[in-house]
Amino acid sequence: MEAKERMQIPRQKMPEQDPKARGKNFDEVPFGYSEETAIREAQRCLKCKKPSCVAGCPVEIDIPGFISLIEGGDFIGAARKIKETNALPAVCGRVCPQEEQCEVKCILAKKGDPVAIGRLERFVADYERNAGKVQVPKIAVSTGKKIAVVGSGPAGLTVAGTLRLLGHDVTVFEALHKTGGVLVYGIPEFRLPKAIVEAEVNYLKEMGVKFVTNYVIGKIRTVDTILSEYDAVFLGTGAGLPLFLGVPGENLNGVYSANEYLTRSNLMKAYLFPKYDTPIVRGKNVAVIGGGNVAMDSARTALRLGADNSYIIYRRSLDEMPARKEEVHHAEEEGIQFHILTNPVAFIGDENNWVREIECQKQELGEPDDSGRRRPVPVKGSEFRIPVDTVVVAIGNSPNPLVPATTPGLDTGRKGNIVANEETGLTSRDGVYAGGDIVTGAATVILAMGAGRKAAQAMHAYVMNGKKE
Amino acid sequence: MAKIVKKERLSADLVRMVLEAREIAETRKAGQFIVLRINEQGERIPLTIADADAKTGTVTIIFQEVGKSTRLLGSMGQGDDILDLAGPLGKPTHIENFGTAVCVGGGVGVAPMFPITEALKEAGNKVITIIGSRTKDLLILEDEMKAVSDRLLVMTDDGTYGQKGFVTQALEEIIKSGEKVDIVVAIGPVVMMRAVSEVTRPYKIPTVVSLNSIMVDATGMCGGCRVSVGGKSKFACVEGPEFDGHQVDFKELMMRQKTYMKQEHESLECFLNQALKK
Repeated sequence: MEAKERMQIPRQKMPEQDPKARGKNFDEVPFGYSEETAIREAQRCLKCKKPSCVAGCPVEIDIPGFISLIEGGDFIGAARKIKETNALPAVCGRVCPQEEQCEVKCILAKKGDPVAIGRLERFVADYERNAGKVQVPKIAVSTGKKIAVVGSGPAGLTVAGTLRLLGHDVTVFEALHKTGGVLVYGIPEFRLPKAIVEAEVNYLKEMGVKFVTNYVIGKIRTVDTILSEYDAVFLGTGAGLPLFLGVPGENLNGVYSANEYLTRSNLMKAYLFPKYDTPIVRGKNVAVIGGGNVAMDSARTALRLGADNSYIIYRRSLDEMPARKEEVHHAEEEGIQFHILTNPVAFIGDENNWVREIECQKQELGEPDDSGRRRPVPVKGSEFRIPVDTVVVAIGNSPNPLVPATTPGLDTGRKGNIVANEETGLTSRDGVYAGGDIVTGAATVILAMGAGRKAAQAMHAYVMNGKKE
Repeated sequence: MAKIVKKERLSADLVRMVLEAREIAETRKAGQFIVLRINEQGERIPLTIADADAKTGTVTIIFQEVGKSTRLLGSMGQGDDILDLAGPLGKPTHIENFGTAVCVGGGVGVAPMFPITEALKEAGNKVITIIGSRTKDLLILEDEMKAVSDRLLVMTDDGTYGQKGFVTQALEEIIKSGEKVDIVVAIGPVVMMRAVSEVTRPYKIPTVVSLNSIMVDATGMCGGCRVSVGGKSKFACVEGPEFDGHQVDFKELMMRQKTYMKQEHESLECFLNQALKK
């Protein structure tokens, strides 16, 4: 097919659940491509000689390579091509911000719509799984080296998969009762079905990665005791300590951290209460504080739990919102109400300690701050109140201190994050590597996976040659 | 998975269970707790460790059957498996030779008080223990507590056993008798811990209480367990569960514990209806 012809094909839409209907269920929102649409979309790729999309991918997937295979109808081959560098394609196809990574670099994006790389990744991963064609890759001959991975989130799973492929004996320790980290406790079912995470973890299990759940490192064992049994350790414990605003009334009943709200709903399946035992407050007027993906997930969860009004309260404007455009769009479609340039200054409760109102203050944008975004400045006399019965604070997380606090000699930064080399993940301790949110603070799934991939390579070199890379 | 090695009913609704958990038994310290999940639909239940045996690799929990989950747990027996068990969690009790320590346990709170009392005794303290319950049948661990205390006082609200009255009365008498009390540790219902803290406040006796706020993950990730201590928000699961009783906002804690009252009733009703059908 000629380039001109390829360029005339419009970017293929992915069918989705109707916004009204989906606001009442927890089923996944998009349905995914059909075989025909996938091939059609794949035909749009110009197969650039020097593809810049690959450089935009933190795990360097051979993007033109897998897209060519789709075009030729070899969907299984395409899935396996991705899995050469990414063990979790069904997850990444769904939650990666492609619009700022691979797709933004696509040559087609200069004049129009980029190739829908994420949708294609998702399609082939689902195709392979649904066809029952997931195949355990060839594992290198055993090296006799033992690797411990702390945390089974995206960073830990990537390290585990990469190092197992190279023939190491890998054990992953998870504090919770389920593996997947933020993929199971944080991201809702309607955005990432838990069966998919389970399938990707099972794939690693079939590769021979061992998983130990209910095992809190820093409590039952320290990193040092692990080091006495393993050749190297990777710390991927995540950004697991929720931040609060520090305004009056934050300990009122009905005020949640996003971590708690989402963990109850996602990990503990409180949306199926009382079939599942964990309760959650099903508020009628729910306010979510924050403008990231987690805030969108929380507001959309509130809607599905039966809220009449689900608000996003964000102190800057829509332009500064850190959430993915697609997530904001989905939220708007579903009827989430946005109070932008608005900052909560207090939560007001009743005599039984239940939250009833939020006192807000309007903001205007001033000069850019450290983050490069324009700083919100309070507008005097602009205070107003919003009646609520549930509040979800989604303003981010700081690193969980359990591991740093119990590991002498492990350097941490100002915010308590573990200090690790950007290229290798090596920490201040020999044989101890770290990556993901515990190093960077709350970021994305794929950045954690990218860090995991780099760390895995450095760890391989270290355990094989004793090289400190 | 953790096997129930032994189960014993201590009173009408108090159950003692010995669970197979070798590594927890080996590493736990006084004051720490575990989280368990009975089955796939289950919630994560935090329970303070009442005892542990590193040799047999077991930990002991004692719980009161209140809602659905604790009743379901209470209906399980020897040889049954509990799906998930994680621990030890929380900070251990700060143990040293303070001098004279008064250990106060109320109701099912006597159970988590036991390892702390034992540790304080081992550290060389003179240990005076006060245990109390509503009535004689609900009193637990009298012999065990006696074995690790220099003196044991028993109180029942209705006077059916020991002295009639609240544990706070016994505590006040000890302090007023001129006994120099260096530390008080109290575990029991929130109202009791608050009352104990009020008794010791005028005397400025350091008072430690163990808070059972609502938790989900119990590793610091959700923040559901936050309590106000000295005007600051603390996470009971990782910064506690023990705090300075004179600094704790008990009123807030009591109200926060009622967050899911409605759902707890609903859940229990469903459970009881299903049990009836069977």
